[in-house]
Amino acid sequence: MAKTKDVAIFERNVAKALGDGQLRRNLRSAMATLSQRRRTLFADAEAFEQLRAQGQSIRRRALSQLPELLEQLEQRCTANGVQVHWAETTTEANAIVLDIVRRHGATRVIKGKSMVSEEMHLNHFLEEQGIEALETDLGEYIIQLDGETPSHIIVPAIHKNKDQIAHLFHERIPDAPYTEVVEELNAIARQELRGKFRAGEVGISGVNFAVAETGTLCLVENEGNGRMCTTAPPVHIALMGLEKVVEKLQDVPPLLRLLTGSATGQPITTYFNMITTPRRPGELDGPREVHLVILDNGRSGIYADPERRTTLQCIRCGACLNHCPIYTRLGGHAYGHVYPGPIGSILTPQLEGLNEAGVMATASTFCGACEEVCPVKIPFTGILRMLRNEAYASTESEHDVKGHGYRYTTVEALSWKSWSLYNTSPALSRIGIRVLSRIVQHLPMIGPLKEWTRTRTPPPFAPKTLHELAHQRGLDDDR
Amino acid sequence: MTANARENILSRLRAITMQGSFVVPEAPIIAGLMLSREERIDRLRRMLETMHAEVRAVAADGWIEELKALLRSRSLNGLLYAPATPLGAALEAAWEEGLPPLVPYTAPVEECREQLFTIDAGITSTRGAIAESGALILWPSVAEPRLMSLTPGLHIAVLEADEVFNTFAEAMERQGWAKGMPTNALLISGPSKTADIELTLTFGVHGPKELVVLIRF
Repeated sequence: MAKTKDVAIFERNVAKALGDGQLRRNLRSAMATLSQRRRTLFADAEAFEQLRAQGQSIRRRALSQLPELLEQLEQRCTANGVQVHWAETTTEANAIVLDIVRRHGATRVIKGKSMVSEEMHLNHFLEEQGIEALETDLGEYIIQLDGETPSHIIVPAIHKNKDQIAHLFHERIPDAPYTEVVEELNAIARQELRGKFRAGEVGISGVNFAVAETGTLCLVENEGNGRMCTTAPPVHIALMGLEKVVEKLQDVPPLLRLLTGSATGQPITTYFNMITTPRRPGELDGPREVHLVILDNGRSGIYADPERRTTLQCIRCGACLNHCPIYTRLGGHAYGHVYPGPIGSILTPQLEGLNEAGVMATASTFCGACEEVCPVKIPFTGILRMLRNEAYASTESEHDVKGHGYRYTTVEALSWKSWSLYNTSPALSRIGIRVLSRIVQHLPMIGPLKEWTRTRTPPPFAPKTLHELAHQRGLDDDR
Repeated sequence: MTANARENILSRLRAITMQGSFVVPEAPIIAGLMLSREERIDRLRRMLETMHAEVRAVAADGWIEELKALLRSRSLNGLLYAPATPLGAALEAAWEEGLPPLVPYTAPVEECREQLFTIDAGITSTRGAIAESGALILWPSVAEPRLMSLTPGLHIAVLEADEVFNTFAEAMERQGWAKGMPTNALLISGPSKTADIELTLTFGVHGPKELVVLIRF
């Protein structure tokens, strides 16, 4: 069958990534380190299992009352003076951000790390409108300098090594000396960005958890750039996917521990930043305006199906990436979409449609590592299998994934029907085996056979099936 | 265009929850950390030091002398402080020649941006700390603004030894956070850091390069 576009692109990306020795080396050591750090922190397996069960329960409970919690969040935020906006699509979300930026006459925004903003392609959109969007997380800053997108949801520039970054800084940052010393590279970025923080007009951030009980937006970070973006400018815009809400403040500590521990093996990040209101009367700093944009972009569709809904439990720790045998060899860019790795493989086809990203669900060996490390117990393998089935489900789509049946062809459907008939009819399969064993050696090597035998010798076809051989040895069907 | 987004999203979600196909597994009850006062302080100290914070145990009456000694050993262009706090009053009363000048934070950020971003050190109080994760709790306020613990290269935090909690959950519970959150609440576990280049841990990215914690006994 002809390759669909997503498959063709992915195959090309895979070949490129696998052939990039530098990328493979950079990834290998980094992913091993992150996994090791996580293992060390969660060394007590029993305690970790309990914590995971708690994390799963908190996330499931929040999802079970999602509309109520979102309304409560909106009501608390509004009472706290935070302006809440709703967006069905990324286009709407971008328009909301642009409107706020324009209203303040701003020409530049400074950004803390936000995957939702990547999902919105916000930087690109703002640049088109003549507004500079500056990433301030060191990793994001590095890739923005190189015109790239994140290759990992936690450590976005992990595909680059310090030599590559040294060249990049030297070439793209005015007056930056060439240095491969990490501390010095870090100092160059600090120096460069401090000026931007001081002058920042609008700060944009993501949200790790939004607490419905108090209307509090929580941000997890190590660098302090998130605090800068949410404290120094007069306006702060926080972007969140609608699944980020949790019910109570007491839900936060276990999720925080699971998030930082799973992501980088840290018991906690340097900063945990909890924002509840804009600057109150008498206060000397903090933004005078805080906006919260709640984005759907296909999430409510995912929410509709009980099996698919578990995707929304995700707290974006990236542990599934670090442990995935596919991700650790390819890196994030090969996936061709914003969210890579196992979480990307289950999320993206559902958000964008199977016809756009269905191939991502095939980027799995079904080893189940993602499922084993997931801090909120998302059933990855089940969802991956379901998505693969949906790709071929033309009329009988049980889960109604967008773009289902995009790989359905009548030829293939017919082939499987015949195969099923053949295997359930002993007479038919006996004849078939006999015929095949005679002719298979003489089949012309075309199509997949040609492809397969390009580097392999075709094995001789056995005249008898394993089943028959077992019978001859006196084994009966029940053993 | 977005006028109906809210209603559309919520009605889609409500239609789904009406079907009631949600399974919420029961959460296990996890016994949190239960340490003695000494153990809590000890653990906090160890964890903060692992994250490159400098921790000093100081006597409740002698802490200012300790602070002065610390400041004299470095050449700093000033110490940002909050004059309308007990901490600020104590500093004013004890300040003397040979120390970096005390710089009060009393004007809105719009009027003193330059100074905030160039001052070498800032000192703040804390609202306790968490032994389990090794983090300080800060609730910035009208008197003690948010940027004090962020823009100076050196952040000095003063912690009362009696306010070290076992866990984050315990601190929230005992201090009644759910009853009213401040504009901004913070947990801080060390100087600002990053590992974005080859996972090499380096300190002092965008926030303070150094964190000194004075634990007052």
